Amino acid sequence: MSSAALLSVNDLRVGFATEEGVVQAVDGVSFDLGKGEVVAIVGESGSGKSVTAQTLIGLTRANNARIEGSVKLEGEELTEADDAAMRRLRGERIAMVFQDPMTSFNPVYRIGNQIVEAIRAHRPKTSKEEGRQRVVELFEAVGIPNAERRVDDYPHEFSGGMRQRAMIAMALALEPEVLIADEPTTALDVTIQAQILDLLEQLNRERNLATILITHDLGVVAEVADRVLVMYAGKVVEQGTLDEIFYDPQHPYTWGLLGSLTRIDRPRPERLPQIAGQPPSLLDLPEGCPFRPRCPHEFSKCTQFPPLEAKLPEAPGHCDRCWLPPEEKREKRLVGGQIGLEAPHA
Amino acid sequence: MTAVAPSTNGNAPLLEVTDLVKHFPIKRGILIDREVDQVRAVDGISFKVERGETLGLVGESGSGKSTACRAVLQLIKPTSGSVRFEGQEIAGIGRRQMRPLRRQMQMIFQDPYASLNPRKRVGQIVGDPLKRQGVASGADLRRQVQELLERVGLSSEHYNRFPHEFSGGQRQRIGIARALSLKPKLVICDEPVSALDVSIQAQIVNLLDDLQDEFGLAYLFVAHDIGVVRHISDRIAVMNKGEIVEQGSADQVCESPQDEYTKKLLAAVPIPDPRESRERAGSQ
Repeated sequence: MSSAALLSVNDLRVGFATEEGVVQAVDGVSFDLGKGEVVAIVGESGSGKSVTAQTLIGLTRANNARIEGSVKLEGEELTEADDAAMRRLRGERIAMVFQDPMTSFNPVYRIGNQIVEAIRAHRPKTSKEEGRQRVVELFEAVGIPNAERRVDDYPHEFSGGMRQRAMIAMALALEPEVLIADEPTTALDVTIQAQILDLLEQLNRERNLATILITHDLGVVAEVADRVLVMYAGKVVEQGTLDEIFYDPQHPYTWGLLGSLTRIDRPRPERLPQIAGQPPSLLDLPEGCPFRPRCPHEFSKCTQFPPLEAKLPEAPGHCDRCWLPPEEKREKRLVGGQIGLEAPHA
Repeated sequence: MTAVAPSTNGNAPLLEVTDLVKHFPIKRGILIDREVDQVRAVDGISFKVERGETLGLVGESGSGKSTACRAVLQLIKPTSGSVRFEGQEIAGIGRRQMRPLRRQMQMIFQDPYASLNPRKRVGQIVGDPLKRQGVASGADLRRQVQELLERVGLSSEHYNRFPHEFSGGQRQRIGIARALSLKPKLVICDEPVSALDVSIQAQIVNLLDDLQDEFGLAYLFVAHDIGVVRHISDRIAVMNKGEIVEQGSADQVCESPQDEYTKKLLAAVPIPDPRESRERAGSQ
């Protein structure tokens, strides 16, 4: 990975103390993010992907939280920065787009004013008129038609897709270097999803934005990401470039995620290859590999916890946590000729 | 994928909808409401669902698909048009006449967080239709509910739990058990998987497939994602602005779409193949 990374995350661990014990929501996440790069973090609900993102901008700081490891933005350690420094940095250098465009705006204030407020909180010298003008420019940049008029609308007057565009405009208001998009298209129709993904890609290209995309849908990842981290039960189970993850996936969980997608470009299978069962409770993880209870390829070694290692000599950046030898994986991951995960006798 | 259930009423289709219209009035005025305009949510749609078949109804938000579902089930009164269930006209009939028919047609809702009463136990939620229709009570009710829970991939021990103890996918299974409790012939699924993770979507889609084979169910499957709709449907109807713009077999509609709107829906589905999506981006 490049030495000139803008954002560098190293062995990040986030645990929350609860009445029933410590929930290790994030357990050893490391990645580098360069300018103009898109890193996708993929996983099911509860895999720790959102907690990872929120920790990067200091939103998980709480009395019961324990944050270990390091997050460096151009060499500056963020896990140790005080709250005032984090507040300056949020929006200014790292901004976030949230999943739900319905609840992320205050319904009783005009959308334009909410964004002006965010700008003025960081740049107190900006006049209201300048701020408004800036919002109009931003709305035009994210493709909201009639920007001049729409800034005075209330959130309920915007459709879901337009509200998500306004969210992105707000995130861009202070020209951050890093944009974190947490499930930005999950609440949207497929057609609107395609438009928002195009917009994110365009911004990433034009503004050289470093982007972290969080999603449960590998289909979305294929459209925009450069590198991918697959998370399961708080741990990274596989990471690599986009093509490595899609064409030579090494972890059975990744096979399952790829297999469970409905594909419009292929003849439809009789059944969708599915991942059986559910993610484990973080309070009661199985011994060894956390994916073991759902994995049809489990064998004796799986009761030991597998390390995140590169096992393919031709791809030193492609790491995974699975004990199966790579040559066996190439056979086992095929279900009806396609990559998938299916129990032999389901 | 299809299983044919024994027909009870000659050759009439299970569900036949003809020229169904639902307009909502837009009213203005202080003391006397004047109707100034109408929202043409459903504007004359016709389709059929045969026994044991799945018809996919696909369209964007606001295309009128949910209104169509509600009008079919007589949850809202259609403005005009006909809805025939096994040959019997149900558009505009009274609540009391509709009641016995409700056993035959059930619904699965989109949001598994909003469609289960948080203060009721799973056993009550799933058993309520059985009780209300007077099908079962007491120990028999409990046994039937527990069987249903196991059939949809939950456990009979979940009987006394509350909805908040379950994940999104499990909640959707509870909703499915409730819809199946009366052994209906038609289940209307309104976006049953769009709130779920992709991996859980596959589980639910497969479960719906299995249940269809086992009980000979017919589905009216409503969704905005034509990829999911194509997988589960025998036939697809594409809806835009209150009208059906294209209708045909699932493969026919997806492989050689005739309408521009259908093409737009197909083009929006992400292809989980980076090389292909790069090509697609390059060719634009």
